[in-house]
Amino acid sequence: MNKFTRSLIGAAFLALAAGPSLAETPKDSLVMAWQFDDIISLDPAEIFEFSGAEYSAQVYERLIGINVKDVSKIEPAVAESWTVSEDGKTYTFKIRDGVKFHSGNPLTAEDAAYSLQRAVKLNKSPAFILTQFGFTKDNADQKIRAPDPRTLVIETDKAYAPTFVLNCLTAGVASVVDSKLLKQNEKDGDFGYNWLKTNSAGSGAFKLRQWKPNESLTLDANPAYWQGAPEMKRVILRHIAEPATQRLLLEKGDVDVARNLKPEQLDALRSSKEVRIVEAPKGTLWYLSLNQKNPILAKPEVRQAFRYLIDYDAMGSSIMKGIGTIHQAFLPKGFLGALDDKPFKYDPAKARELLTAAGYPDGFTVTMDVRNVTPWTDQAQTIQASAAAAGVKIELLPMDGKQQLTKYRARNQDIFLGQWGADYQDPHTNAETFASNPDNADNGPSKTLAWRNAWDIPELTKKTQAAVLERDAAKRVEIYHELQKAVMEDSPFIVMFQQVEVPVERGNVQGLIWGPSFDNNLYRLATKK
Amino acid sequence: MTDILKSGGTTAAARPRRPAGPLQRIAGLLLSLALTFLGLLLVTFLIGRVVPIDPVLAAVGDRANAETYERMRIEMGLNLPLWQQFINYVADVLRGDFGTSVLTSQPVLDDVRRAFPATLELATAAIFIGVVLGVPAGVFAAVHRGRWPDHLVRVLGLVGYSVPVFWLGLVGLLLFYAKLDIAPGPGRLDVFYDGLVDPVTGVITVDALLAGETEIFWNALSHLALPASILGYFSIAYISRMTRSFMLDQLRQEYITTARVKGLSEFRVIWRHALGNIAVPLITVVALSYANLLEGSVLTETVFAWPGLGLYITNSLLNADMNAVLGGTLVVGAVFIGLNMLSDLLYRLLDPRAKK
Repeated sequence: MNKFTRSLIGAAFLALAAGPSLAETPKDSLVMAWQFDDIISLDPAEIFEFSGAEYSAQVYERLIGINVKDVSKIEPAVAESWTVSEDGKTYTFKIRDGVKFHSGNPLTAEDAAYSLQRAVKLNKSPAFILTQFGFTKDNADQKIRAPDPRTLVIETDKAYAPTFVLNCLTAGVASVVDSKLLKQNEKDGDFGYNWLKTNSAGSGAFKLRQWKPNESLTLDANPAYWQGAPEMKRVILRHIAEPATQRLLLEKGDVDVARNLKPEQLDALRSSKEVRIVEAPKGTLWYLSLNQKNPILAKPEVRQAFRYLIDYDAMGSSIMKGIGTIHQAFLPKGFLGALDDKPFKYDPAKARELLTAAGYPDGFTVTMDVRNVTPWTDQAQTIQASAAAAGVKIELLPMDGKQQLTKYRARNQDIFLGQWGADYQDPHTNAETFASNPDNADNGPSKTLAWRNAWDIPELTKKTQAAVLERDAAKRVEIYHELQKAVMEDSPFIVMFQQVEVPVERGNVQGLIWGPSFDNNLYRLATKK
Repeated sequence: MTDILKSGGTTAAARPRRPAGPLQRIAGLLLSLALTFLGLLLVTFLIGRVVPIDPVLAAVGDRANAETYERMRIEMGLNLPLWQQFINYVADVLRGDFGTSVLTSQPVLDDVRRAFPATLELATAAIFIGVVLGVPAGVFAAVHRGRWPDHLVRVLGLVGYSVPVFWLGLVGLLLFYAKLDIAPGPGRLDVFYDGLVDPVTGVITVDALLAGETEIFWNALSHLALPASILGYFSIAYISRMTRSFMLDQLRQEYITTARVKGLSEFRVIWRHALGNIAVPLITVVALSYANLLEGSVLTETVFAWPGLGLYITNSLLNADMNAVLGGTLVVGAVFIGLNMLSDLLYRLLDPRAKK
């Protein structure tokens, strides 16, 4: 949408701003407007997208979960207790009695073992969260087993930090699926994958009623849920692509929650008594990175200078207002060991000094790949302007997101402006990508962000790998502090903002939980007055 | 797309001189259809492969490890030479297998079966509005050339032409839905009617009538009214402008003067003689604008949360979901060819010279 159309729309809104008359959704149903066109599968062994993760958290349960208020605490879920062996390689979970799947089948340790083995053997995108503990197609049946219906035993290949293993088991890929139901729907040894892609086999507070891709996703309450049936009998998610349409539906009362409003719409709603704006920091970071293949960007002083060329405050109070908060460490708030230091401010004079020291007193010209949608385009223009103050001329190359990513993974960019979302709720997910690069060769097998920027760091890589073996939780946190400081002070990465999800609820909606990641957003306790 | 229109229209006429039997004519028609589709597929396929987007990434996501990535690449057949990929694809299509969409993980055929009726419903309602109001408006303007009715029609047409449909859609919603409360919100049905009628044709209004659910029929119709009017307005703008210029042409002809001299009523001169003579070009105009509507209007579909074909193809294209794009393109191609043949048929009915 160009500026002209936007101001036309703005004018129209002003002219018609008087409160619309109200329609209402039924008291026992929750209706949400949301862009969920990223869902490509409903199988928890494959789901790796934000919307899919949130779906799976309502319909499936995991062995354990994190405490959304204090992420350093692990909470029981389907497993009521667990122990770690002396040698740190064997985890034993006690499965809760009386949990039932939606099909009526009882949930047992065999189901839990089957679910983990299945995810390993299917080996879809999120499978690495489990296979990094040494499980393979061939050994999964031995390493993950259920000696009796209430006991699940998991054996890892090394003595990993228990926090690391447990945090990974809170991920959606470790959801417990109904093994009996899946075996009935299995075809050609696919573990029921082709069926589960569009169906459900869970034990969660809600069950899947209907999924129409890019249209609607309907969930029904599970009246037999062991923690108590949800008050909402039905939750309907409607895919509404256009934020302005979402706002209309919300104000009109045709939806109870709107998920994708933009800053300009949020501003207009701030004074409204009808709706409530909720802010929930999520595990996604906005960052900018400098490809070390470019000899200019590889100079340490230039890397330093870029840290002072970004006007964090100006962006934070305008284009990022309501969608991101300033954050400069590679672990987002809400992660074990996250740092909240913000040492960098916009300082073009200091940047110019650094550039002079690097041998570029008059700056230089460089390109930046940018996704051609907001807020990236706005961010890019702001950065372009603030960098120009120190003589750095940034040429913007706007492109489609997938195209930008393809180029990034081939290491053909100069500067990349983009986002990184944590894969699971453990600090290793980001440490691995920001601070390790096992093989910097062009055909390196591990395309971490450090690799994508050709940042060769044997020392940090070793330290990152050591952190997952540190069994003392406090010492482990200490290592992540050091890693974050190292990357913050000198690296190709300039972390700028942490994403804040801003759902807007109608005043009568209560009890929705907006956690630190999408699979910790929960509808179970929602009520409507 | 005009090329397709042309080739579909001329094949029968361009056959060799010796009189062709009906069987040969049908065979020729089928052959040219097959070639058209093949060409369409080839071009779309090639474009899909030149776009600087990695289709494997779209399927497995950015975080997949090297092994998963490689396996998917082989599964998608992307390790094969380009020509072989194309042949495999065409062979699958001939067997009726359009592949699976990466984005929805459903068979493309199912996706299209869901998306196309939504677009068909909207486009048909819009073209109906466009013809019923656009043709009389154009005739009216031509008859009153240079006077206020003409100016009015032209200004309305100009506005329809130049205002972004996106904006008009939002303002329409704001006014009729939010403010005046006479139109329902976006979507094809109220949420709580959703899924109550079995999809037979996929066109909800028709399905509701088939099931005898009048309440749902009226609900669907009321949801259709606003987006159809807005798309219809754009058709009115185009159709009335073309009608006006065709009519002006005719009204200058001598046979009109003759008819008037003969003492025919002005009504008969205009609506029977002049309008009758522009029927053939008018059909082309209407068919073209109907075909454009059937491609799906991405912006209208976005604003009104209307899960149609335009949105489907655009989303797929942006995600390098080639199976979906190719499937959608085939449908659009078939629509163009079908409408073209239909208007050919109508020419023969309406043009006395074509009657033998």
